[in-house]
Amino acid sequence: MKQARIATAWLGGCSGCHMSFLDMDEWLFELAEVADIVYSPIADVKEFPSDVDATLIEGAVTNEDNLELAREIRGKSRLVLSFGDCAVTGNVTAMRNPLGDPLQILQSVYVDAPDRDGQIPDAPGIVPALLPEVLPLHKVIRVDAFIPGCPPPADRIRAALEALLEGVLPPNRGEAIRFG
Amino acid sequence: MRETRSAVHVSFDGVEYEGYAGESVLQCARRNGVTVPSLCFLEGLSVWGGCRICVVEIAEDHRLRPACATQIAADMEVKVETPRLRAYRKAILELLFAEGNHVCAVCVSNGKCELQDMAVLCGMDHVRYDYQSPLREIDASHPKYVFDPNRCILCTRCVRVCDEIEGAHVWDIGFRGEEAHLVTEMNKPWGESLSCTWCGKCVAVCPTGSLAYEGRAIGEMEHDPAMIQRLAVARNRGEWLYPGEEQ
Repeated sequence: MKQARIATAWLGGCSGCHMSFLDMDEWLFELAEVADIVYSPIADVKEFPSDVDATLIEGAVTNEDNLELAREIRGKSRLVLSFGDCAVTGNVTAMRNPLGDPLQILQSVYVDAPDRDGQIPDAPGIVPALLPEVLPLHKVIRVDAFIPGCPPPADRIRAALEALLEGVLPPNRGEAIRFG
Repeated sequence: MRETRSAVHVSFDGVEYEGYAGESVLQCARRNGVTVPSLCFLEGLSVWGGCRICVVEIAEDHRLRPACATQIAADMEVKVETPRLRAYRKAILELLFAEGNHVCAVCVSNGKCELQDMAVLCGMDHVRYDYQSPLREIDASHPKYVFDPNRCILCTRCVRVCDEIEGAHVWDIGFRGEEAHLVTEMNKPWGESLSCTWCGKCVAVCPTGSLAYEGRAIGEMEHDPAMIQRLAVARNRGEWLYPGEEQ
Protein backbone atom coordinates (compact mmCIF):
# COMPACT_ATOMS: atom_id res chain seq x y z
CA MET A 1 0.00 0.00 0.00
CA LYS A 2 1.18 3.49 -0.83
CA GLN A 3 2.38 5.46 2.19
CA ALA A 4 0.39 8.61 3.01
CA ARG A 5 2.46 11.78 2.72
CA ILE A 6 1.93 13.87 5.87
CA ALA A 7 3.68 17.15 6.73
CA THR A 8 3.68 19.47 9.72
CA ALA A 9 4.84 23.08 9.78
CA TRP A 10 5.57 25.72 12.39
CA LEU A 11 4.62 29.38 11.87
CA GLY A 12 4.11 31.94 14.65
CA GLY A 13 3.66 29.65 17.64
CA CYS A 14 5.58 28.28 20.62
CA SER A 15 6.05 24.73 19.19
CA GLY A 16 3.81 23.42 21.99
CA CYS A 17 1.57 21.78 19.38
CA HIS A 18 4.58 19.86 18.08
CA MET A 19 5.48 18.86 21.66
CA SER A 20 1.93 17.52 21.93
CA PHE A 21 2.46 15.72 18.59
CA LEU A 22 5.47 13.96 20.14
CA ASP A 23 3.26 13.12 23.13
CA MET A 24 1.52 10.58 20.91
CA ASP A 25 4.44 8.41 22.07
CA GLU A 26 4.47 4.83 20.75
CA TRP A 27 1.61 5.52 18.34
CA LEU A 28 4.22 7.45 16.32
CA PHE A 29 5.70 4.04 15.36
CA GLU A 30 2.30 2.93 14.05
CA LEU A 31 2.01 6.22 12.19
CA ALA A 32 5.43 5.70 10.62
CA GLU A 33 4.24 2.34 9.23
CA VAL A 34 1.43 3.90 7.22
CA ALA A 35 2.67 7.44 6.59
CA ASP A 36 5.84 9.32 5.69
CA ILE A 37 6.46 12.59 7.52
CA VAL A 38 7.81 14.40 4.48
CA TYR A 39 8.32 17.82 6.09
CA SER A 40 8.33 18.95 9.73
CA PRO A 41 10.33 21.05 12.19
CA ILE A 42 11.19 17.71 13.83
CA ALA A 43 12.50 16.25 10.52
CA ASP A 44 15.52 17.69 8.74
CA VAL A 45 13.95 18.67 5.41
CA LYS A 46 14.89 22.06 3.94
CA GLU A 47 12.36 22.48 1.12
CA PHE A 48 8.64 21.89 1.37
CA PRO A 49 7.98 18.92 -0.96
CA SER A 50 5.29 18.58 -3.61
CA ASP A 51 2.37 16.18 -3.63
CA VAL A 52 1.64 16.17 0.12
CA ASP A 53 -1.61 14.53 1.23
CA ALA A 54 -2.18 16.59 4.37
CA THR A 55 -0.27 19.30 6.23
CA LEU A 56 -0.83 20.27 9.86
CA ILE A 57 0.18 23.91 10.37
CA GLU A 58 0.96 25.16 13.87
CA GLY A 59 1.08 28.89 14.64
CA ALA A 60 -0.47 32.11 13.45
CA VAL A 61 0.66 34.15 10.46
CA THR A 62 2.74 36.88 12.05
CA ASN A 63 5.59 37.69 9.61
CA GLU A 64 6.45 37.60 5.90
CA ASP A 65 8.12 34.18 6.11
CA ASN A 66 4.97 32.69 7.67
CA LEU A 67 2.87 34.12 4.87
CA GLU A 68 5.18 32.80 2.15
CA LEU A 69 5.41 29.31 3.68
CA ALA A 70 1.63 29.13 4.24
CA ARG A 71 1.01 29.91 0.55
CA GLU A 72 3.64 27.42 -0.60
CA ILE A 73 2.11 24.70 1.61
CA ARG A 74 -1.37 25.39 0.25
CA GLY A 75 -0.10 24.99 -3.29
CA LYS A 76 1.57 21.68 -2.53
CA SER A 77 -0.91 20.01 -0.15
CA ARG A 78 -4.23 18.37 -0.89
CA LEU A 79 -5.48 19.13 2.65
CA VAL A 80 -4.36 21.87 5.04
CA LEU A 81 -5.31 21.74 8.72
CA SER A 82 -5.03 24.54 11.27
CA PHE A 83 -3.16 22.82 14.07
CA GLY A 84 -3.74 24.40 17.50
CA ASP A 85 -5.23 27.65 18.76
CA CYS A 86 -2.63 30.02 17.26
CA ALA A 87 -3.33 28.75 13.75
CA VAL A 88 -7.09 28.64 14.40
CA THR A 89 -7.60 31.96 16.24
CA GLY A 90 -4.28 33.83 16.42
CA ASN A 91 -4.29 33.11 20.18
CA VAL A 92 -1.27 34.32 22.20
CA THR A 93 0.62 35.29 19.04
CA ALA A 94 -2.18 37.72 18.14
CA MET A 95 -2.17 39.43 21.54
CA ARG A 96 -0.03 42.14 19.97
CA ASN A 97 -2.88 43.12 17.64
CA PRO A 98 -4.68 45.53 20.01
CA LEU A 99 -1.40 47.44 20.44
CA GLY A 100 -1.28 48.34 16.74
CA ASP A 101 1.86 49.26 14.79
CA PRO A 102 4.46 46.44 15.10
CA LEU A 103 7.33 48.95 14.84
CA GLN A 104 6.11 50.67 18.00
CA ILE A 105 6.00 47.28 19.74
CA LEU A 106 9.56 46.43 18.61
CA GLN A 107 10.64 49.88 19.83
CA SER A 108 9.21 49.32 23.33
CA VAL A 109 10.51 45.74 23.59
CA TYR A 110 14.01 46.12 22.11
CA VAL A 111 14.88 49.80 22.65
CA ASP A 112 12.86 51.35 25.45
CA ALA A 113 12.68 48.41 27.85
CA PRO A 114 16.27 47.03 27.99
CA ASP A 115 18.85 48.70 30.22
CA ARG A 116 21.45 49.24 27.46
CA ASP A 117 22.38 48.69 23.82
CA GLY A 118 18.82 48.31 22.67
CA GLN A 119 18.27 48.09 18.93
CA ILE A 120 15.50 46.85 16.69
CA PRO A 121 16.58 43.61 14.92
CA ASP A 122 17.25 44.57 11.32
CA ALA A 123 18.69 41.93 9.00
CA PRO A 124 16.84 41.86 5.69
CA GLY A 125 16.62 38.34 4.27
CA ILE A 126 17.40 36.81 7.67
CA VAL A 127 14.96 38.29 10.18
CA PRO A 128 11.54 38.43 8.47
CA ALA A 129 9.49 41.61 8.80
CA LEU A 130 6.40 41.48 11.01
CA LEU A 131 3.03 41.83 9.31
CA PRO A 132 0.87 44.79 10.45
CA GLU A 133 -1.54 42.33 12.07
CA VAL A 134 -1.27 38.71 13.24
CA LEU A 135 -3.80 36.60 11.33
CA PRO A 136 -5.33 33.16 11.82
CA LEU A 137 -4.27 30.77 9.05
CA HIS A 138 -7.69 30.66 7.37
CA LYS A 139 -7.48 34.42 6.76
CA VAL A 140 -4.56 33.95 4.35
CA ILE A 141 -5.10 30.52 2.79
CA ARG A 142 -7.98 28.08 2.42
CA VAL A 143 -8.10 25.69 5.39
CA ASP A 144 -9.89 22.34 5.21
CA ALA A 145 -10.21 21.49 8.91
CA PHE A 146 -9.42 22.83 12.37
CA ILE A 147 -7.80 21.17 15.38
CA PRO A 148 -8.20 23.66 18.26
CA GLY A 149 -6.42 23.41 21.61
CA CYS A 150 -3.49 25.08 23.31
CA PRO A 151 -1.96 22.68 22.68
CA PRO A 152 -4.37 20.13 21.20
CA PRO A 153 -4.08 17.06 23.47
CA ALA A 154 -2.17 14.13 21.93
CA ASP A 155 -5.32 11.97 21.63
CA ARG A 156 -7.05 14.75 19.70
CA ILE A 157 -4.14 14.92 17.24
CA ARG A 158 -4.17 11.15 16.93
CA ALA A 159 -7.93 11.13 16.25
CA ALA A 160 -7.38 13.77 13.54
CA LEU A 161 -4.56 11.77 11.90
CA GLU A 162 -6.52 8.52 12.09
CA ALA A 163 -9.43 10.22 10.34
CA LEU A 164 -7.10 11.60 7.64
CA LEU A 165 -5.56 8.17 7.09
CA GLU A 166 -9.06 6.78 6.58
CA GLY A 167 -9.67 9.50 4.00
CA VAL A 168 -12.11 11.63 6.02
CA LEU A 169 -11.81 15.00 7.76
CA PRO A 170 -11.10 15.02 11.52
CA PRO A 171 -14.00 15.09 14.01
CA ASN A 172 -15.36 18.64 14.43
CA ARG A 173 -17.95 18.08 17.16
CA GLY A 174 -17.90 17.94 20.93
CA GLU A 175 -14.68 18.01 22.94
CA ALA A 176 -12.62 17.66 19.75
CA ILE A 177 -13.08 21.40 19.14
CA ARG A 178 -12.47 22.83 22.64
CA PHE A 179 -10.25 25.91 22.64
CA GLY A 180 -7.62 26.58 25.30
CA MET B 1 -51.94 24.14 50.60
CA ARG B 2 -50.04 22.98 47.55
CA GLU B 3 -49.71 25.37 44.68
CA THR B 4 -51.65 24.13 41.67
CA ARG B 5 -50.39 25.04 38.22
CA SER B 6 -52.34 24.41 35.09
CA ALA B 7 -50.46 22.04 32.84
CA VAL B 8 -50.41 22.34 29.06
CA HIS B 9 -49.07 20.12 26.29
CA VAL B 10 -45.95 21.33 24.51
CA SER B 11 -43.43 19.60 22.28
CA PHE B 12 -39.70 20.06 21.81
CA ASP B 13 -38.35 18.75 18.50
CA GLY B 14 -41.44 16.57 18.14
CA VAL B 15 -41.31 15.00 21.61
CA GLU B 16 -44.28 15.71 23.91
CA TYR B 17 -43.75 17.28 27.33
CA GLU B 18 -45.81 18.95 30.01
CA GLY B 19 -45.49 22.72 30.38
CA TYR B 20 -46.90 25.06 32.99
CA ALA B 21 -48.66 28.30 32.16
CA GLY B 22 -46.44 31.22 33.08
CA GLU B 23 -43.08 29.53 32.66
CA SER B 24 -40.74 30.39 29.83
CA VAL B 25 -39.87 28.06 26.97
CA LEU B 26 -36.32 27.85 28.37
CA GLN B 27 -37.44 26.99 31.91
CA CYS B 28 -39.87 24.40 30.58
CA ALA B 29 -37.15 22.82 28.42
CA ARG B 30 -34.64 22.70 31.29
CA ARG B 31 -37.19 21.24 33.71
CA ASN B 32 -37.86 18.49 31.18
CA GLY B 33 -34.18 17.82 30.56
CA VAL B 34 -34.14 19.32 27.04
CA THR B 35 -30.88 21.15 26.29
CA VAL B 36 -31.30 24.70 25.00
CA PRO B 37 -27.99 26.59 24.76
CA SER B 38 -28.02 29.98 26.53
CA LEU B 39 -25.56 32.54 27.89
CA CYS B 40 -27.12 35.67 29.40
CA PHE B 41 -29.99 33.87 31.13
CA LEU B 42 -29.50 33.00 34.78
CA GLU B 43 -32.16 31.44 37.00
CA GLY B 44 -32.85 33.82 39.88
CA LEU B 45 -32.28 37.01 37.87
CA SER B 46 -34.61 38.98 35.60
CA VAL B 47 -34.77 38.00 31.94
CA TRP B 48 -32.54 40.05 29.63
CA GLY B 49 -32.90 38.25 26.30
CA GLY B 50 -29.80 39.93 24.96
CA CYS B 51 -27.39 37.20 23.85
CA ARG B 52 -29.80 35.48 21.45
CA ILE B 53 -28.07 32.12 21.87
CA CYS B 54 -31.31 30.52 23.13
CA VAL B 55 -33.34 31.32 20.00
CA VAL B 56 -35.86 28.62 19.04
CA GLU B 57 -38.37 28.13 16.26
CA ILE B 58 -42.04 27.95 17.09
CA ALA B 59 -44.39 26.30 14.59
CA GLU B 60 -46.16 28.66 12.20
CA ASP B 61 -44.17 31.63 13.47
CA HIS B 62 -41.54 32.75 10.96
CA ARG B 63 -39.62 34.75 13.55
CA LEU B 64 -37.04 33.20 15.84
CA ARG B 65 -37.91 33.60 19.51
CA PRO B 66 -35.56 33.81 22.49
CA ALA B 67 -36.57 30.83 24.64
CA CYS B 68 -35.79 32.75 27.85
CA ALA B 69 -38.23 35.57 27.03
CA THR B 70 -41.04 33.56 25.42
CA GLN B 71 -43.87 32.14 27.49
CA ILE B 72 -45.13 28.63 27.10
CA ALA B 73 -48.56 28.32 25.51
CA ALA B 74 -50.86 25.34 25.09
CA ASP B 75 -49.91 22.97 22.24
CA MET B 76 -46.80 24.95 21.42
CA GLU B 77 -44.50 23.13 19.01
CA VAL B 78 -40.94 24.24 19.73
CA LYS B 79 -37.94 23.38 17.58
CA VAL B 80 -34.55 23.61 19.29
CA GLU B 81 -32.24 21.82 16.87
CA THR B 82 -32.66 22.84 13.23
CA PRO B 83 -29.96 23.69 10.65
CA ARG B 84 -31.09 27.33 10.69
CA LEU B 85 -30.88 27.62 14.49
CA ARG B 86 -27.52 25.87 14.60
CA ALA B 87 -26.19 28.29 11.98
CA TYR B 88 -27.45 31.36 13.86
CA ARG B 89 -26.11 30.21 17.23
CA LYS B 90 -22.72 29.51 15.72
CA ALA B 91 -22.66 32.90 14.01
CA ILE B 92 -23.58 34.69 17.26
CA LEU B 93 -20.77 32.90 19.09
CA GLU B 94 -18.28 33.75 16.34
CA LEU B 95 -19.30 37.40 16.61
CA LEU B 96 -18.80 37.32 20.39
CA PHE B 97 -15.33 35.79 19.99
CA ALA B 98 -14.44 38.27 17.23
CA GLU B 99 -15.63 41.31 19.18
CA GLY B 100 -13.48 41.04 22.32
CA ASN B 101 -10.08 39.52 23.04
CA HIS B 102 -10.92 35.99 24.14
CA VAL B 103 -7.60 34.18 24.50
CA CYS B 104 -8.60 30.94 26.25
CA ALA B 105 -4.99 29.79 26.68
CA VAL B 106 -4.14 32.66 29.06
CA CYS B 107 -7.54 33.12 30.73
CA VAL B 108 -8.27 32.64 34.43
CA SER B 109 -11.45 30.76 33.46
CA ASN B 110 -9.86 28.41 30.93
CA GLY B 111 -11.66 25.07 31.23
CA LYS B 112 -14.43 26.54 33.42
CA CYS B 113 -15.90 29.11 31.05
CA GLU B 114 -19.49 29.18 29.82
CA LEU B 115 -18.49 30.91 26.57
CA GLN B 116 -15.86 28.23 25.88
CA ASP B 117 -18.40 25.49 26.73
CA MET B 118 -20.97 27.13 24.46
CA ALA B 119 -18.50 27.06 21.54
CA VAL B 120 -18.11 23.30 22.10
CA LEU B 121 -21.88 22.77 22.42
CA CYS B 122 -22.70 24.80 19.30
CA GLY B 123 -19.93 23.35 17.14
CA MET B 124 -17.79 26.48 16.67
CA ASP B 125 -14.35 25.27 15.55
CA HIS B 126 -13.12 28.60 14.15
CA VAL B 127 -14.24 32.20 13.67
CA ARG B 128 -15.05 33.31 10.12
CA TYR B 129 -15.27 37.02 10.96
CA ASP B 130 -12.34 39.41 11.32
CA TYR B 131 -11.13 39.78 14.90
CA GLN B 132 -11.68 43.35 16.06
CA SER B 133 -8.77 43.25 18.55
CA PRO B 134 -9.96 46.23 20.60
CA LEU B 135 -7.58 47.90 23.05
CA ARG B 136 -9.30 47.63 26.44
CA GLU B 137 -7.72 48.48 29.77
CA ILE B 138 -8.02 46.06 32.68
CA ASP B 139 -9.43 47.48 35.94
CA ALA B 140 -7.42 45.95 38.78
CA SER B 141 -8.10 48.79 41.22
CA HIS B 142 -10.35 46.74 43.51
CA PRO B 143 -8.49 45.04 46.38
CA LYS B 144 -10.39 41.74 45.99
CA TYR B 145 -11.47 41.48 42.37
CA VAL B 146 -10.30 42.16 38.82
CA PHE B 147 -12.37 43.29 35.85
CA ASP B 148 -10.98 42.43 32.40
CA PRO B 149 -13.20 44.01 29.72
CA ASN B 150 -11.38 42.02 27.02
CA ARG B 151 -13.31 38.95 28.16
CA CYS B 152 -16.68 40.66 28.69
CA ILE B 153 -19.60 39.66 26.44
CA LEU B 154 -22.05 42.25 27.87
CA CYS B 155 -24.45 39.58 29.16
CA THR B 156 -25.37 41.97 32.03
CA ARG B 157 -25.59 39.18 34.61
CA CYS B 158 -23.36 41.25 36.93
CA VAL B 159 -25.47 44.38 36.37
CA ARG B 160 -28.65 42.47 37.18
CA VAL B 161 -27.35 40.58 40.21
CA CYS B 162 -25.88 43.74 41.75
CA ASP B 163 -29.14 45.62 41.26
CA GLU B 164 -31.70 42.90 41.92
CA ILE B 165 -30.11 40.70 44.57
CA GLU B 166 -27.49 42.83 46.31
CA GLY B 167 -29.42 46.09 45.80
CA ALA B 168 -26.26 48.14 45.21
CA HIS B 169 -26.39 48.77 41.42
CA VAL B 170 -22.65 49.38 41.15
CA TRP B 171 -22.55 48.14 37.55
CA ASP B 172 -24.16 49.31 34.37
CA ILE B 173 -23.45 49.35 30.65
CA GLY B 174 -22.06 52.67 29.45
CA PHE B 175 -21.53 54.07 25.94
CA ARG B 176 -22.92 52.71 22.67
CA GLY B 177 -22.22 50.30 19.83
CA GLU B 178 -18.71 48.89 19.79
CA GLU B 179 -17.77 51.35 22.56
CA ALA B 180 -20.31 49.81 24.94
CA HIS B 181 -18.68 48.46 28.07
CA LEU B 182 -19.32 47.71 31.70
CA VAL B 183 -18.91 50.75 33.96
CA THR B 184 -18.62 51.12 37.73
CA GLU B 185 -20.97 53.80 39.02
CA MET B 186 -20.45 56.86 36.77
CA ASN B 187 -17.49 55.25 34.95
CA LYS B 188 -14.86 55.40 37.69
CA PRO B 189 -12.29 52.77 38.77
CA TRP B 190 -13.94 49.88 40.64
CA GLY B 191 -11.60 50.36 43.61
CA GLU B 192 -12.94 53.90 44.12
CA SER B 193 -16.57 52.80 44.18
CA LEU B 194 -18.39 53.75 47.40
CA SER B 195 -21.49 51.71 46.57
CA CYS B 196 -19.68 48.35 46.06
CA THR B 197 -20.21 46.16 49.11
CA TRP B 198 -17.45 43.69 48.11
CA CYS B 199 -20.10 40.91 48.17
CA GLY B 200 -18.69 39.21 45.05
CA LYS B 201 -22.03 38.23 43.50
CA CYS B 202 -21.01 39.82 40.18
CA VAL B 203 -17.89 37.65 40.19
CA ALA B 204 -19.94 34.55 41.04
CA VAL B 205 -22.26 34.96 38.06
CA CYS B 206 -19.78 36.02 35.35
CA PRO B 207 -19.93 33.42 32.54
CA THR B 208 -16.37 34.17 31.35
CA GLY B 209 -13.08 35.22 32.97
CA SER B 210 -14.06 38.90 32.83
CA LEU B 211 -14.78 39.22 36.55
CA ALA B 212 -12.43 37.19 38.71
CA TYR B 213 -10.80 37.03 42.11
CA GLU B 214 -7.57 38.99 42.38
CA GLY B 215 -4.45 36.85 42.04
CA ARG B 216 -5.93 33.91 40.12
CA ALA B 217 -3.68 32.39 37.46
CA ILE B 218 -4.66 30.62 34.22
CA GLY B 219 -7.57 28.22 34.70
CA GLU B 220 -7.77 28.91 38.47
CA MET B 221 -11.04 30.86 38.50
CA GLU B 222 -14.25 29.05 39.32
CA HIS B 223 -17.52 30.93 39.21
CA ASP B 224 -20.66 29.93 41.12
CA PRO B 225 -23.72 31.15 39.21
CA ALA B 226 -25.97 28.61 40.98
CA MET B 227 -25.36 30.56 44.20
CA ILE B 228 -27.71 33.25 42.92
CA GLN B 229 -30.49 30.77 42.37
CA ARG B 230 -30.06 29.53 45.96
CA LEU B 231 -30.25 33.13 47.22
CA ALA B 232 -33.29 33.95 45.09
CA VAL B 233 -35.17 30.82 46.19
CA ALA B 234 -34.35 31.43 49.86
CA ARG B 235 -35.46 35.05 49.58
CA ASN B 236 -38.76 34.11 47.94
CA ARG B 237 -39.42 31.63 50.73
CA GLY B 238 -38.54 34.25 53.36
CA GLU B 239 -35.97 31.93 54.94
CA TRP B 240 -34.15 34.81 56.64
CA LEU B 241 -37.20 36.28 58.35
CA TYR B 242 -37.84 35.94 62.08
CA PRO B 243 -40.94 33.91 62.94
CA GLY B 244 -43.98 36.12 62.45
CA GLU B 245 -42.05 38.80 60.53
CA GLU B 246 -43.63 40.02 57.29
CA GLN B 247 -41.69 40.02 54.03
